[in-house]
Parts: sequence; structure tokens; C-alpha cells
Amino acid sequence: MTLALALPTRRDEDYRYADLPALTPLWPVGTERIVLAPGEQRAMTMVHTGPEAVARDLDVELGAGARFDLHVLNAPLVYGRIAVRAVLGQGATFNLGAAQLAGGEQTVELVTLVTHQAPDAVSRQVVRSVVGGSATANYLGKVQVQPGADGTDGAQSVRAMLLARTATANARPELEIHADDVKCAHGCAVGELDANGLFYLQSRGLPPEAAKRLMLQAFVAEAFAGAADEDALLDQALAALGDLL
Amino acid sequence: MLKIENLHATVADKPILKGLSLTINAGEVHAIMGPNGAGKSTLGYVLGGRPGYEVTSGTIHFTPRPFVSSEVETPARGISISLDANGGGVDLLSLEPHERAAAGLFLGFQYPVEIPGVSFVQFLRESLNAQRKARGEEPLSGGEFLRLAREKAALLKLDMDMLKRPVNVGFSGGEKKRAEMVQMGILGPRLAVLDETDSGLDIDALRICGEGINSVMRAPDKAVLLITHYQRLLDYVRPDFVHVLAGGRIVRTGGPELALELEEHGYEAVAA
Repeated sequence: MTLALALPTRRDEDYRYADLPALTPLWPVGTERIVLAPGEQRAMTMVHTGPEAVARDLDVELGAGARFDLHVLNAPLVYGRIAVRAVLGQGATFNLGAAQLAGGEQTVELVTLVTHQAPDAVSRQVVRSVVGGSATANYLGKVQVQPGADGTDGAQSVRAMLLARTATANARPELEIHADDVKCAHGCAVGELDANGLFYLQSRGLPPEAAKRLMLQAFVAEAFAGAADEDALLDQALAALGDLL
Repeated sequence: MLKIENLHATVADKPILKGLSLTINAGEVHAIMGPNGAGKSTLGYVLGGRPGYEVTSGTIHFTPRPFVSSEVETPARGISISLDANGGGVDLLSLEPHERAAAGLFLGFQYPVEIPGVSFVQFLRESLNAQRKARGEEPLSGGEFLRLAREKAALLKLDMDMLKRPVNVGFSGGEKKRAEMVQMGILGPRLAVLDETDSGLDIDALRICGEGINSVMRAPDKAVLLITHYQRLLDYVRPDFVHVLAGGRIVRTGGPELALELEEHGYEAVAA
């Protein structure tokens, strides 16, 4: 066994919050390589809501002016890990919209490394996590701007909603910038459902689960805004959310 | 309809209601007036079942007439939530907030809450159908619901397009209050507890809301409890009884003339 295939430990930064026992039977995780030619546009949707643990590893290369839209619903019943590395050529656009839903003892996580290798590329990451029970949702995401990648526009918007005091959300948005003329933004928030809003909805006759689902609908929808199959994704997410509540 | 006996309630361990008793019969409109901090809003929230408003003693008995939907022809099978045998009635405090709504209670909020990303239409249709389900009634179809919503929006002179917008988001103070009355019209409660519906309203909106309350709630099998600081709403919705709430109890009860007396002499003089 080579070193590269050795099962990671908690000392590996990208696996710090992973569910290693659930990952073990899936190891080693094969890498899916996706190469977009210059100017090519492609969209991909990953929906994981089944009973089995999932680990995926994507390696995406975007040629000059290419555009890749990735939408993820990460809500398997045991463990879900999605790792994405994207390298952006000049003027390329990378959009990631991900919703992570977890309850019980589950762990779901998203690990991204977006590299702006050449000037004028745009990256957007919108991640929304809903965590109940004693579950854990993680986002470890780095935007790396290499020397010479001027005109970079990168944004990370990461929010998590905790449904129980026993739930955990880990968010680590990172920026590593080696160019001067760069626009990079990251925002991160972990919160709870607004108690006023919940009471308002319940006072109109909605049972507590329905009221929570309604309040979370808009939150989750932000991850899928602009997706070609936005409505279908949201329906699947709401169904998974129903199980969670 | 509603019988409150010797109600004591605390908020964050602080006693607010201290032995409040009040009986409201079907067909009546009651107004509760009182100075700031008297416990008016607390009474509304206790009736609605808001978490954090703890009843330490006393009882609230709610006896709505058996529910027959006046809006759509459906066979009503009565409220499934344990109404007792002798003519129906329920210990309100034993019900969750959504069960109270299904039993026929509506709470109009002083500060209606904004819910981004959820349209009024979706929210109200789900709410109404959740209530109907709890009462053993058939759900309304999309078309039936929209007809009902359009009718009630027109009554309150609220543009139907506003009900397609997210709940209360970007609404002015007056629009929020009118939207509360539209919700009341759509949900068709037996008892409406309206907490300072008149605050933040201009003169025209006040009249529209007042007329809306009369049109929706003035019926022999319905009742209204208006919580207010001022007499002006009572020009439009004429109360049968006016109560003065001070120090967590009702200290005086009278007819509509009591509101005028309060307006003229102030709470301190009248409640003393």
C-alpha cells in the first residue's frame, strides 16, 4: 500500500471532523476527473439521500472561459463526504451550490479547494447546512489565488442552521491570496431557527414540524438558486428535511 | 366561548398576570384597555400558547361552537381535539399553539413576523389545510383556496399580488396589519384575540381594518377580544364590554362609554 492510499487520520486537516469508521469501508476513494475544454459549459447535480454512506472525490479542470455549475444535495443517512478540487483557467466560472442535511448521529461534509490559476476567473460557493439530533455538518473550503491570477472574483457564503443544541456545525472558509488585484469575500454564520417566526407560523395552525420545514425551505433553496433543475432539487431536499424533522 | 378564571402567569419568572378573570360569550366583542406594562400583550400570548409565557395557576376554558365551515360546502365532523361531551369545550392550556388555532382561536400579532422565502399563499394554504385536517375536514384545493384568499384580500383592500410575496417581508406597518386581518378572514376562527391591531395604522387603514373585523367576526357564533391602548379602533368596532387591565388584573368593566371615559381622564383616574 502506498502512502497516498493510507487511510487518513484526524491529523489530516481535511479529515479532522470526518466519520473515519464510516469512511474506512469506502477507502480508497476513487477520483472522478472532469475536464472542461476552453469555452465549454457544463452542469452537474449530485443527490445523495440514500441509506448508504457516500464518499466522492472530484477533480475539475476548467479551461479558459469554461463554466461549471455544480449542485449538491448531501444528505445520505449514514455519512456523506464530497470533496471537490477545481482549477480555474483564465476567465473561467465555477459555481457550487450545496445543501447538507443531517440528523441522528450522521456526519455530512463538503471539502473544497478552488484554485484561481489564471486571471479573471470567478468562483461562487453557497453552502447551506441543516443539522439536527447529535449530527455534524462540516464545510472546509479554501480559495487559493495563485500569483498572476489578477482580476479574480471569489466568494464563499456558508451558513448552518442547528435544530438542536446537541448538533454541531464546523465551518472553515479560507482564503489564500498571492495576487494583488483580487476580489474575494467569505461569510459564515451558524444559527438557530427564529423562535418568533416559529410561534407565528404555529399560531396559524401549522404543526411544529410543518412550521420548521416552511422556515427552512427558503434557507435550503439558496443553495439551489439558478440551478436548471432547481425545483426538483428543492423537492428532494424538502423530502429529506421532512425525515429530519 | 371563553372563560378565564383566576389566571396567574409569569414571564421569565416575573409575575405579570395576577388573578385575571374574564368571560366572553358567543356574539360579543370585548375590548381590553390598560396602561403600558399592565399585561395586555401577555394575556394575548398566554391565550395563543407562546413558549416562555408560563401559567402558574388558573384555568382557561374554550367552548367554540362545533365547527361547520361556512366557506366551502364540506361535511364537517367536528373538532377531533377532545371537546368534552356536554356541549363541547376544551381546556385551552392543554393544547399546543397549532391545536388552539384548529380549535378556532386566532391571535392577531402586534408585530407580525417576517418569513423570508415563503409566500403568504403557500403559508396560509398549508395552515388552513392543517387546521381542516385536525378537524377532520377535507383539504381545500388550490383553486378553492385562491378564491377564498382573493375574496378576503378584496375585503381588506389588499392587492392579491401582495399575498404572493414572502410573508410580511417589505410590508409597511399598515400592510402587515391588513394582512393579519386577511389571514383572519381566510382562517375563519371562532374567537379572534387582536393585540394592538390598531397600532401603526393611518386613519384610512384603521377604518378598513375595523370594517374587516366587523365583517369577518361579527356573528352570533363568533367573538372578539380587542387589546388596545386607544379608543379610536372602538369607533369602528363597537365593543359590548370594555375592561381595564391594570397590575395584571381586570380592575373595571363597563360598556363602550368606559373607553370614552378613559380617553378623557386617563387610566390612573379611572382605574383607581
